[in-house]
Order: sequence, then C-alpha cells, then structure tokens
Amino acid sequence: MSASLSVGQALLAAAGKSTFILGLVFAIAPLLVWAERRQSAMIQDRVGPHRASIRLFGRDWRLIGLLHPFADSLKMVWKEDFIPPGADKVLHAFAPWISLAPALFGLAIIPFGPAIYFEHLGDTLMLSPQGVPCVAGLANGVLGCTAAASPLATELQVATLDAGILLFFAAGGLGVVGAALGGYASNNKYSLLGGMRAAGQMVSYEVTLGLTLVGPLLVFGTLRPEEMVRWQSSSVFTWGFFLQPLAFILYFVAAMAETKRVPFDVPEGESELVGGYFTEYSGMKFGMFFFAEYVEVIALAAIAATFFCGGWQVPLLTDAGFVLGQLHVPMSHGSVTALRVGGFVIKVLVLIWFQLMVRWSLPRFRYDQIMRLCWRYLLPLSLLNIVVTFAVIVWLRS
Amino acid sequence: MGKPVKRPEQSLSERAFLPEVAKGLTLTASRFFKNTFSSAEKGDIATVRYPEEQREYPERFRGVHRLTQRDDGSPRCVACLCCSTACPAQCIHIEPAEYGEGDPRQGYEKFPKVFVIDELRCIFCGMCVEACPCDAIRMDTGMHMPPALERDAFLLDKELLLSLPAADGSVKSANPRHEPGDKTHPGIDRDRSGH
Ligand code: SF4
Ligand code: SF4
Repeated sequence: MSASLSVGQALLAAAGKSTFILGLVFAIAPLLVWAERRQSAMIQDRVGPHRASIRLFGRDWRLIGLLHPFADSLKMVWKEDFIPPGADKVLHAFAPWISLAPALFGLAIIPFGPAIYFEHLGDTLMLSPQGVPCVAGLANGVLGCTAAASPLATELQVATLDAGILLFFAAGGLGVVGAALGGYASNNKYSLLGGMRAAGQMVSYEVTLGLTLVGPLLVFGTLRPEEMVRWQSSSVFTWGFFLQPLAFILYFVAAMAETKRVPFDVPEGESELVGGYFTEYSGMKFGMFFFAEYVEVIALAAIAATFFCGGWQVPLLTDAGFVLGQLHVPMSHGSVTALRVGGFVIKVLVLIWFQLMVRWSLPRFRYDQIMRLCWRYLLPLSLLNIVVTFAVIVWLRS
Repeated sequence: MGKPVKRPEQSLSERAFLPEVAKGLTLTASRFFKNTFSSAEKGDIATVRYPEEQREYPERFRGVHRLTQRDDGSPRCVACLCCSTACPAQCIHIEPAEYGEGDPRQGYEKFPKVFVIDELRCIFCGMCVEACPCDAIRMDTGMHMPPALERDAFLLDKELLLSLPAADGSVKSANPRHEPGDKTHPGIDRDRSGH
C-alpha cells in the first residue's frame, strides 16, 4: 500500500472496499437461496417457488420468485429463539457468530479488482517497458508512455498482507470451532454427534485443502493473492486451471467438503441426525449458520477464481484496453477496472452455479467413504501434485 | 451359513468415480439448460402453477360427496348405515328415523334424520360410494373441499350434501328408482305379498 495516502484516505478506501465485498456477499447470499431452489427445480423438471409477491403500484410483483429469500429471512427474524433447557447459554449464543465471522473474515484477502488509480480514472494506463504503470498516449502513431502514473494506487482488496492466503486458511480453520461448539452447547445427542462429525470432517479436509494449494503457490511463487492474479495476466493459458488441473479438481472437492454441503453433508444428515449440530437452533441463530454456509460457498468460489481462473483478469483485456494481435481498442482506466471487477464477479457466480449443480447431482457419501476419500485418495494425490510440480519447476529452471 | 451375494462388477471408470460424476453432472446440466432456456412454458416441466393453471381431472375423480335426490327432492338414502360401516375413516355420522304414519314408504325404508360427513377426516377413498345399495351417496361433484378457517365448516350436513350438484349439474342419479307401490317395482311389496 502506498505510503503517500493519508490516514483518512486509507481509512476511507478500506471502508469502501469492505462495504463492497460485504455488499457483494449480502447480495449473493439471498440470490443463492433463490438459485438453490429454482436451479434444483429446473434440474428436477419442476416449476419451483415463485409465489411470494409484493403489492406495489397496484399490482403484484413476483419477480420470478426472487422475493422468497426475503420472505424467508423475515420469517426467521420473527421465529421464536429457542434455547434448550440444560444448554450452555453463552456458548449456544456464540456458536453461530463463531461460525459466521471467520467465513466473512476470509473474504478480506480476495482481490476483487486490479490496483486502481483514482486520479487516472479517465486516462488510458499501460505498463512501461520497465514494468511501471504509466499514462499512455499516442506518440508517432504508436501507443507509448507519455507521463508517469501517480503513485497513489489502491489495491481493490480489503487486506493486502504478506501472509495472504495463510490468513484465509487460519480463518477457515476457525469455522470448525463454531460447528463443534454449536453441537456441544446444545445439550442434545444429535447435535453433539453432528458437531463431532463436522469437526472430524473439516479438520481432515483442512489438511488436503492446504496441501492442494501448495502446487499453485509453487507455480506463482508468492503467498499474496494480488500477485498471483497478476502472474496469470499474460494469457488464458497461464491461468491456474491450465497449469494445475489436478490441484483444481482436488481443491474443489476438498473445499466442497469444507462447506459441509451435499454430497458431504453428513454433519447435518437429516435421516439420522435430525439436523446435526444446528438441530437445537431456531430463528436468526439458525439463519446465521445457514448464512455462514452460503458465505463459505462464495468464499470457495472466490478463492477458486483467484487461484485457478485468473481472478479479475478478463481474456484479451490489458491495462490499456482490448488487444487481439494488431487490433487494439484503447479504454480508459476506469472502464477497464469496472470490466475487471465485473469479470471477477461473473467468474464467482459461474463457480457458485457449478457448486449448486454438484450439490443437486450427487448423493450423499457415507461417513467412512468421506474419510477414505480424504486420507487415502485426496491427500496422497495432493502430495503427488506438489512433488511433480516441484520437479517440473526445478527442471524448467535448470 | 449365509448365502454369498455376488457383487456387481464395477468397471475402471466406475471405480475412478470422477468420470461417473461427470456423467451425472452432464445429465443434470442438460435438464437444467433445457428447462431454463427452452420457451418458458414448457421444456420438460412436469408441475403446473396451481391455481392459475389447473389440470383437468379424470372423469372418475373423487371430489366432495353429495347425496342424490328422489323426484320429490327427498334423499335417496335409506339410512341403512352401509356407508358409515364401510368408511375406514369413520367420518360418516347417520341418525336413521322412520317415516311417519300413513307415509307409503313407512315400513319399507328409513330416512336419515341426521347425515354428517367430516370432510377433514375423510380420506376420499370412495368406499362409501361403493357400499351404498341405493346410489344415494356419490362423489361426482368434481369439487375440492373449499378451504375454511374453522373445523366446523368441514362438517357437511344433510341439507348441504343434498344441495350439491354433480359436475354435470344434476342433483339426481341417472339410475332409475322405484318408489314403494310403483307397479314397475321388480320386488315384492305389501300389495303383492299375498298376506
Ligand atoms: S370417501 Fe372413504 S373416508 Fe370418505 S366418507 Fe367415503 S368411505 Fe369414508
Ligand atoms: S348413503 Fe347409501 S349406504 Fe349410506 S346410509 Fe344412505 S343408503 Fe345406506
């Protein structure tokens, strides 16, 4: 972060970025509730929920069922907040927060757009031959640097840290505490069993999740997500997906297990555990567990987009506009940035769509199958991926 | 000794699991795209937007009951209690009564003083219709029980049941009926009994 931003400006920028990412999450989460219900309906040849309506300007607006999430959340707010007798009241109240907060926290390191120069929103920017951003202009009919860009760059990312992705793992590791505590504090056998299953499953897959991302980390040579995205800038084929296809698949499986959703939803298996660790939760406390699950889905997609799908990179779009061979469409810095943020959001949405497809296609695994999948297949494969990646990198460098 | 069960052989791609996952995803995705992007109405959607859209019911649809009327508007029911006996939900309540002195039907048949069906308890099995020897109870109204806020609204009494028409509008039954004293009556009656 540039040192020449004043404290006030830096605070303002941080607040703005946090608002954007939180706004994105709070916008996508209800959309996810809707998408989950309508998408499953489409898969199963049903119409799906579409009846919630609101009366405005003398007619009923149904908005293809988009109002259902709002009706749902209203319902949750008004429901009785039941605390079972014998439950640990403090832990019972805290567990949903401990589940939700880390999930939101992990999103802080996601770069949702490139570094932005607020003074140059109208100018066309490009990288000088030395790799420094500069204002571009036509010199003798060729696009070139005309002036140095202002040093006041703002990364579109809430937390720019050297530890980067490690923060995400640390936050994700905390999520298990929420589920386990929720199960423990409820004074209910089913809750406790669900909490234990959640803990066992999440701790196991945490290992694989971390190791699968080591491959891409070796390739990118950095822990900073914003640097990784820049690394993937030169073409679509430098995206992590093409360089580390095995890691992508392993990551997706492990991360889906982390979200505790079908086909890995044994912690809340309705048939044998009623509702698992949130059996004894009602009202908005249950809503928070529910919400945390969706935030995890979004975080999974955001990390997958950053690591494997070029983050905010849009194919053929450079700092100075679209470039295809000789063809060059110059664009202002502002519109390039907007396009890139849009590109990132679209990638996230597509990855979320894919998760929902998996969720509505596959049946649930048995618990022993989940553990076997993790320890006997995913873990060795992720280790193999690291070794092979390492060998290839050493071979290429020598 | 248990009998060994032969497990089905799994091919390599089945054991590798991922190809099968891909197959399953292709199938669900094809449904998804077909139903989402084909002309909004159809695709393969099997459900309808009830109440705006309604399916036509089959001819033998069992709706709310009705009691059929005789030519003079009185119930065909002779209060034999066959229907309430047959009813598995025990939701028919009948109080039989005798016709008054001088009534030609007196001594031949009874009539229901009270006839109540609890439509909330009814499972719409149609056993009552099967059991009735007089074609007095039918379920051919083609109606659902309309929703109500009180349970009492679902207790249909004799007057209401009698007034409900069949789907074709008739309050009678197409089957002929012979009143006592009717010369076309196929059975034995007081005049022909030889006593
Ligand atoms: S339809 Fe079945 S349950 Fe209903 S009243 Fe007739 S016999 Fe009873
Ligand atoms: S409706 Fe039919 S079966 Fe029932 S009591 Fe009357 S005559 Fe008998």
